[in-house]
Amino acid sequence: MANGAQHMVDSIFLAVSVLTIGSAIAALEIRSLIYGSIALMITLSGIAGFFLLLDAPFVAMFQLSVYVGSIAVLILFTVMLVRRELIFNKIEDSRRRYAGIGLMIIIMLGIGTIIIGSGLKTMETNTQTIDYRKIGEDFLTYYSPALIVMALILSSSVIGALALAKREDVTNEQRTD
Amino acid sequence: MSNGLIDFVLVSVALLAIGIYGLSVKRNAIRMLFAIEMIVNSANLNLVAFARFIPNSQGQTLALFSIAIAAAEVAVGLALIIVAYRMYRNIDIADFRSLKG
Repeated sequence: MANGAQHMVDSIFLAVSVLTIGSAIAALEIRSLIYGSIALMITLSGIAGFFLLLDAPFVAMFQLSVYVGSIAVLILFTVMLVRRELIFNKIEDSRRRYAGIGLMIIIMLGIGTIIIGSGLKTMETNTQTIDYRKIGEDFLTYYSPALIVMALILSSSVIGALALAKREDVTNEQRTD
Repeated sequence: MSNGLIDFVLVSVALLAIGIYGLSVKRNAIRMLFAIEMIVNSANLNLVAFARFIPNSQGQTLALFSIAIAAAEVAVGLALIIVAYRMYRNIDIADFRSLKG
């Protein structure tokens, strides 16, 4: 990625970013949806690698367990539920493709030049890393109502997803009976 | 550590742009969900990067909340895709235009 004037990115960062962005493009462009979801898994692991580089091991492990552990498996199972020819066919408008690539380049260049021109370039850190004990303490004291609300949202969304996925099955069985 | 904040923010911008590209071009519902995941992850990367450089623990806390909410969102989104697939036998969003079923 772009090297600043006074600092160089190290090779680990470069490798992780190439892996992340390359597999993000692959996840959208590979013909087979199964390989696409595996590429998405690599992208999410790359984000976890960035979290490790940012000295946030707790968030990195959370990312690995939630995204790579559960969401990726969920996506793989959903992909396996649809028909074969839908998995291996690419559905997209060829005319919109070029407009989309143009939009992507405009966003990259536009926001990229704004960020490079901003004062973020000079931002370096030499402070202590944040201890994950601090995060756990925050979760159990200050953020505990938010934690309870999040647990309720998670459980209600899982129950809602189950109800959504099941309802049609029940009516189908009644129809066939 | 030798990486500046700007490197992480630039990677996050690249992921955001790729996600917007996928969201605007692809018509496959599952691939659009991939693109949404990329956008959410670029936001999380920004949160953690700024939390490291400010430095502040609240960014990491917000990133943890965001990851958990994204998990719920993916569960509901995949359930909706399965329901739509059962109705239309297809995952092309151009076919989902009428909600009559």
